[in-house]
Amino acid sequence: MPQEVSIREAYGQTLVELGRENPDIIVLDADLSKSTMTYLFGREFPDRFFDCGITEQNMISMAGGLAASGKTPFVSTFAVFAPGRCFDQIRMSIAQPRLNVKLVTTHGGVTVGEDGTSHHAIEDLALAGSYPGFTIIVPADAIETNRAVRAAAASNGPFYIRLCRPKVPLVFDEGYHFTLGKATTMREGRDATIIAMGLMVGEALQATANLKKAGIRCRVLNMATLKPIDEQAIIQAAAETGAIVTAEEHLEHGGLGSEVALKTAKHYPVPLETVAIKDTYAKSGKPGELLVRYGLSAGDIEQAVKSVIKKKTRG
Amino acid sequence: MSQINGSQSSANLKKAGAFLYSASIADMEAIARKLRRHIISMIGGAASGHPGGSLSAVEIITALYFRILRQKPDDPCWPNRDRFILSKGHAAPLLYAALAERGYFPVDELLTLRQLDSRLQGHTDRTSTPGVEMSGGSLGQGLSFAIGISLAGRLNAEDYNVYVLMGDGECNEGQVWEAAMAAAHFKIDNLTAIIDNNGLQLDGWNCDIMNLEPFKEKWRAFGWHVLEVDGHDLTQLVDAMEQAKRIKGQPKVIIAHTVKGRGVSFMENNPDFHGKPPDAAQIEIALKELA
Repeated sequence: MPQEVSIREAYGQTLVELGRENPDIIVLDADLSKSTMTYLFGREFPDRFFDCGITEQNMISMAGGLAASGKTPFVSTFAVFAPGRCFDQIRMSIAQPRLNVKLVTTHGGVTVGEDGTSHHAIEDLALAGSYPGFTIIVPADAIETNRAVRAAAASNGPFYIRLCRPKVPLVFDEGYHFTLGKATTMREGRDATIIAMGLMVGEALQATANLKKAGIRCRVLNMATLKPIDEQAIIQAAAETGAIVTAEEHLEHGGLGSEVALKTAKHYPVPLETVAIKDTYAKSGKPGELLVRYGLSAGDIEQAVKSVIKKKTRG
Repeated sequence: MSQINGSQSSANLKKAGAFLYSASIADMEAIARKLRRHIISMIGGAASGHPGGSLSAVEIITALYFRILRQKPDDPCWPNRDRFILSKGHAAPLLYAALAERGYFPVDELLTLRQLDSRLQGHTDRTSTPGVEMSGGSLGQGLSFAIGISLAGRLNAEDYNVYVLMGDGECNEGQVWEAAMAAAHFKIDNLTAIIDNNGLQLDGWNCDIMNLEPFKEKWRAFGWHVLEVDGHDLTQLVDAMEQAKRIKGQPKVIIAHTVKGRGVSFMENNPDFHGKPPDAAQIEIALKELA
């Protein structure tokens, strides 16, 4: 098993790196800096760190004003609170004027665990994805988190980056080169393609190893940039493997599955299965238990691959 | 009439206050009348818009744009400009009229308000109009946005001032009080909020729809320095704005008592004209009253 590393800590450390390189980097948090790890930045750069207290809506519009004045604000809270609680503030103070604000949330998905429904962000990508002009990234591990946050800082415009709470196994090494808007091929195979993002990439790799033993070879794509999505990689996967399974820690509607279905339906229709939460809220439990209960485990991906291959051969 | 104090020469750039437009009170009264006529013609021409809340804030905007704000209309993004944030974005016609009269764009363009492809959108749009700092129209966001601009000024050691105009009805929004708390907490003193306290919101009187009182006590309790003026008295407005500049260590709010629809008899204190344009006959009467 590869080493498990906290992607939240990677985020905090990356902010410190960026803070040293660029005096215009500002960080805002809403009384969660010890959980989002932005306190690491605040400790080193107290003048450029603003704890806004529990005023998420105010924090978002403040970030808009800072960006309108040439600053690059990174804004953090839990993924349930932004975009959810501040949908309209993000819309008018950031998205419509296309301001250079980087919204980086932690505690995405159901792997928040025991805190339960109120803290499980399962709609956030649908909400963030609905803003015209936003770039959305869901990194798979700590190394990709570092690269994604750096890429966001280096490009102009609004970003939503969603991180998860638990430590996750490293799927990349230090030599990893991240390109915005490009999928990464993690495994090569011709029987089907698994397109995953976030911690589901780890689950997909585990599923792929098990399937290999059964003689099924899957291509695995890490679709870290959900928007703008790598359409070419999707079309190529459809053409070359003839079947696709998507895997995400989010509702089936408005996330990766919906986006891949849209692209394949328009450009290259192939059988598709979605591993995602199916129109329900999740309950309290341990992260691993919840992945199994809501159909998001490696085992669920294996089943989805088998069933999508059946649909393919039927055709 | 008025004179622009400081030409666009680079020598003047360095002088503080070089880009003030210093109209006399009498000049400003004439400008205010002109802005009111623009508002009626624009909203009448567009056959949609919000006359009431534009007319109530005319003197506030006149004092800012023709006396207080340090700006360069030919360089709307000049880094050291004073910022004005229109948080009550439905008063866009008033802001557009002031920007045009101040030279940001041709006065003729005012009559394109709300037309397809016009730079003058129904509510303020930062991406469309020179001189517009924030995309407005969704109430309650301007004060927070202004705090961000104020903090950037402080971090950059720039000496610009930031002004925000809010409606009283707008102060129903919870975000306004989040921002009120934050501005005091961060000791933001390059920020002055002005409230167009006309007493009316879309559905009726504030006190009947959502009572704001005790209003000035609320601001004081949140840590603000409160000034109160007759919002149609230019001398009082200018004095309060000058006084606000000198108060350090806390944010300032000017509660400006105004009359919704001010200057047009049948619109004054009439909530029906919150978001209803005048018809052809009403335009004629209004323009006659404002001649």
